[in-house]
Amino acid sequence: MLGLRKTLGSLFKSSRIDEAWFDTLEDSLIQSDVGMPTCMQLMASLRQAAKSEKVQDSETLQALLIQELTRLLQALEAHPNPIFEHQSSHHPAIWLIVGVNGAGKTTTIGKLCKQFQSQGKSILLAAGDTFRAAARNQLLEWGQRNQVDVIAQESGDAAAVAHDAIHAAISRKTDILIIDTAGRLATQDHLMEELKKVKRVIAKVLPGAPHHTLLILDGNTGQNGLNQVKAFHAALGLTGLIVTKLDGTAKGGVICALANTFQDGPKPAVLALGKGEGIGDLIPFNASEYCAELFN
Amino acid sequence: MLENLTDRLSRVVKTMRGEARLTESNTAEMLREIRLALLEADVALPVVKTLLEQIKFKALGEEVVGSLSPGQALVGVVQRELAQVMAGDGSQSGEINLATQPPAVILMAGLQGAGKTTSVGKLAKWLQEKKKKKVLTVSCDVYRPAAIEQLATVSKQVGAECFPSSVDQKPAAIALAALDWARRHYFDVLLVDTAGRLGIDEVLMQEIEDLHNKLSPIETLFVVDAMLGQDAVNTAKAFHDALPLSGVILTKLDGDSRGGAALSVRQVTGVPLKFIGTAEKMDGLEAFDAERMANRILGMGDILALVEQA
Ligand SMILES: Nc1nc2c(ncn2[C@@H]2O[C@H](COP(=O)(O)OP(=O)(O)OP(=O)(O)O)[C@@H](O)[C@H]2O)c(=O)[nH]1
Ligand SMILES: Nc1nc2c(ncn2[C@@H]2O[C@H](COP(=O)(O)OP(=O)(O)OP(=O)(O)O)[C@@H](O)[C@H]2O)c(=O)[nH]1
Ligand SMILES: [Mg+2]
Ligand SMILES: [Mg+2]
Repeated sequence: MLGLRKTLGSLFKSSRIDEAWFDTLEDSLIQSDVGMPTCMQLMASLRQAAKSEKVQDSETLQALLIQELTRLLQALEAHPNPIFEHQSSHHPAIWLIVGVNGAGKTTTIGKLCKQFQSQGKSILLAAGDTFRAAARNQLLEWGQRNQVDVIAQESGDAAAVAHDAIHAAISRKTDILIIDTAGRLATQDHLMEELKKVKRVIAKVLPGAPHHTLLILDGNTGQNGLNQVKAFHAALGLTGLIVTKLDGTAKGGVICALANTFQDGPKPAVLALGKGEGIGDLIPFNASEYCAELFN
Repeated sequence: MLENLTDRLSRVVKTMRGEARLTESNTAEMLREIRLALLEADVALPVVKTLLEQIKFKALGEEVVGSLSPGQALVGVVQRELAQVMAGDGSQSGEINLATQPPAVILMAGLQGAGKTTSVGKLAKWLQEKKKKKVLTVSCDVYRPAAIEQLATVSKQVGAECFPSSVDQKPAAIALAALDWARRHYFDVLLVDTAGRLGIDEVLMQEIEDLHNKLSPIETLFVVDAMLGQDAVNTAKAFHDALPLSGVILTKLDGDSRGGAALSVRQVTGVPLKFIGTAEKMDGLEAFDAERMANRILGMGDILALVEQA
């Protein structure tokens, strides 16, 4: 009985590949939000490999796919990763955090703070979201959890807060200043302009800053995620991304679409993934681990 | 990417010119393009499959009358089908059920950052201004930093009373105290904000089930970010299994997402799509419009233009 099941099992495992097998694979790519262009390219090159290299069993072919995808995604890794191996000749190093509404910016700042502290850095936070209800209180609470100070203003705009915070960071000789900003949709031109102004003001107070401009991307996002990266990148010149909320059932396949779209030329690196609402729920992005989970 | 789709569709439409009815062969290629368009709009794959079956069934044999080409006819079938699925009987779009002994309790539910707290503020404003109701809000979010302050601020902005709560309380205790207060002070409506949660978070899903049992809300509104991708079906299913949802609010439609999640959520839950969020501000709430949503998902501007060219 057991022997028979075993044979059946291995038969199934290394089953010959047919159209149905390709379809199932394609479906799983689609359902990970990889996006149609990327999905079709991957499938086409896989079919090609199956044909030219005469691969006939599914296991080998799946390994090929994972290999190819991993190679594509490795281009998004940063070495060294400035979050997990922070080394900077800039004092203070300025991190500007941007993204659409509710993506997880403020929460991620709390996590970043913790991560930098574990590397022995001194941190200051700036409450640059002067728009959303209680945004300042939210950041203040993250500051308290990490026991770091938060520069905030009762009134005034993000640029003014950033200006104050940089001066504070310089005079306190802080290693890292992280600036929170209000969520905004990339279609809101005036809000994108405001962000550009924040960046200009930062550069004026401290030439060369911000040293890192990070987009926070909600891992539940579908194909709009690509638009978000393009628009924020065009407006600000992003240096990195963090994809959040990957502790649920969403796969964040938009990362693959990104890797595919930005194949040649400069692109923001994916620095970390958010895996929960807790202060420690931030892990470095690793292409092969991410791929393994994608097909899990 | 989109140009590409348009190009391909227009090529297909051109080859169909002059044919008198929709047939298996002249629709097959077009249906493939429609499938792509729906997937690119983030409609979830299982939902796309069901829809294509229905569309094909309705399209085949459809006579192409007058000036209509088969291409136009098929686009018409698709558009009508999407709108119909999303509209239901249409009676509940832009409506909140208040037909109960006051206070009518409205419970909000959804993923983290979907827009629940903001939508409470918008609904409070709408209920006060359009329905002349006396509204109490309460936050049962004892997890997210400053969530309670956020609801208090938003409520103040729209001039609604916010029942005080604190993070050391249990959500159910907060909710029951608020309900008691609402009863004794003759509020018409109690809006209950909850913490964002994942569908697979068993502890928090159990918590909101308990809240629902204790409050017996007349409306349980599922708040969904319009930018949501394929996982919308899983999330919608998880919330629908846990709670008898009565309506959906689709937020952040002021962006440039196609909003296919609307179709996914509707197909999975069968629950009416009631409102859309179109701004962060408190007046950014509109009645859901199935036809406009169908056009948006299909990128109808593009499709209509090319059908007219053909
Ligand atoms: N499950 C999960 N939830 C997260 C994660 N990151 C953030 N969140 C939650 O997502 C919600 C929104 O997070 P915020 O940090 O307020 O997002 P934001 O981008 O600052 O939002 P705005 O400032 O309003 O634009 C909160 O409920 C967070 O707890 C994550 O990695 N996993
Ligand atoms: N542009 C736009 N932003 C919106 C809309 N609805 C909500 N937001 C924004 O989305 C972000 C998250 O909204 P919240 O109301 O805090 O979301 P939530 O579901 O209560 O979040 P949690 O309590 O953390 O789960 C905030 O920045 C809101 O201002 C909308 O319709 N359009
Ligand atoms: Mg924030
Ligand atoms: Mg909330």
